[in-house]
Amino acid sequence: MEAHFPSRRHSWLMNFVDALWAAVGLLVERDPQVTTAVFVSLQVAVLGTISATLLGAPFGFWVATREFGGRRAVELLLNTATALPTVVVGLLTYALLSRRGLLGDLGLLYTRTAMVVGETLLIAPLMAALTLAVVSGADARIHETALTLGASPTRAALTVAAEMRRGLLGAVATGFGRLISELGIALMVGGNIAEATRTMTTAIALETSKGEFALGLALGILLLAVALVVNVGAALLAPPHRDS
Amino acid sequence: MPRLRVVLLCILSLTGSALAQPHLRLATTTSTENSGLLGAILPPFEQRFKVKVDVIAVGSGKAMKLGENGDVDVVLSHAPALEDAFMDAGFGVNRRAVMYNDFVIVGPRADPAKLAGSKSAVDAFKQLASAQAPFISRGDESGTHEKEKELWKAAGGTPSGAWYVSAGVGMGQTLQMADEKRAYTLSDRGTYLTYKAKGELVILVQGDPALFNPYSIIAVNPARYPAVRYFDSMALIAWITSPEGQRMIADFKVGGEMLFHPTAVPPSN
Repeated sequence: MEAHFPSRRHSWLMNFVDALWAAVGLLVERDPQVTTAVFVSLQVAVLGTISATLLGAPFGFWVATREFGGRRAVELLLNTATALPTVVVGLLTYALLSRRGLLGDLGLLYTRTAMVVGETLLIAPLMAALTLAVVSGADARIHETALTLGASPTRAALTVAAEMRRGLLGAVATGFGRLISELGIALMVGGNIAEATRTMTTAIALETSKGEFALGLALGILLLAVALVVNVGAALLAPPHRDS
Repeated sequence: MPRLRVVLLCILSLTGSALAQPHLRLATTTSTENSGLLGAILPPFEQRFKVKVDVIAVGSGKAMKLGENGDVDVVLSHAPALEDAFMDAGFGVNRRAVMYNDFVIVGPRADPAKLAGSKSAVDAFKQLASAQAPFISRGDESGTHEKEKELWKAAGGTPSGAWYVSAGVGMGQTLQMADEKRAYTLSDRGTYLTYKAKGELVILVQGDPALFNPYSIIAVNPARYPAVRYFDSMALIAWITSPEGQRMIADFKVGGEMLFHPTAVPPSN
């Protein structure tokens, strides 16, 4: 009646070596499930970063370049909002997109679009806060000079952005890093559907819950490799530095 | 500016398939998905009926909740009490029995609470309580957790104390915790079998009818949520309870052991 099986307790190091080999295996095999998970992760993280930047950065810039009462309060609120737990944002997004929710008729729940919406809500405050910090640190004369020389407000903002591109690119990279490693929202509004909304992180959570630790670790290594490729690619594509 | 063009192309290539087409959404328990059963029996259905089934594997409690909110089209679960409430409230229609598997009480080989050989799950739980032997509970309102609470109730009350750990994680992780802490737990047989080779837990109590674990499939009521894909749900319900679907369930084995016993139609041979 009692099941007998050999003890297979590995040392921590052995597990890690197994995982490294498994990671190499994942890359070589090109399992469609893994390939799609990588693609979905990238898609959601990139689109989420772009939309959050488009939402958050202009707001951060606006706050940074204006003098008004309550500016400190806005800054504090933005910084606090960066501490939003992902599961809470996931719950809010679920409540918004569920059939019983405000936007339920769109039927967006358990799609990648829903995930992009949730991830955007998660890091839009972060993008605003980081932009605010970067632009506040810029020499105020850049903005003033551009305006004095007859630049439109947009044009003047772009001039400041160009001057501060290193800091702003760092902000975008931070946002992207938060999204590609994000689990709570992906799980709640994506649903971890195989080959549809399964990302690298939800796959890691699934494999871990099944006790497939080596595979989970291997997917983690793969995730870091993908993030490295994206960051190297972004660095290569970003305009060359002309700082003296 | 070729650089900008490359960036835009990269971004565009990602937007292409952002809009997913509607699929049949099945909310189910982790046990059917993690054991590999759905991966084995759904593809023939998808091929014949030209519909893609999106499996959302969560605990039974959450699966019912998703049905209640109209966020899925059909629910396959193993929590009879929750299912009754779901049907009574009018959230579901056409509930059908599909199959059963069974729960087992597992624990460390050393078995400090001396459960081995016990034929009654309730007696085993009483022994655990009086020995204050470490026990890991799923603690997540899953079908397994419901069954566990039912057994504790029959054994004389909800346990408390440092020996009773409410983990709040899935079955696989609960088994892993039990293994690491040399504790006891209640598991469905399927997940235990898949997990067994990685740990040292052994089955101590099994075969008691109280450990019977029936699965039902329920279509979400289209009168409540007109957007649900009712006809595709009914196709799945008809197929999974047909002799063909039932035979595929019976033929599904892990490590040579049959995991789910079909109950919708009498066995054909």
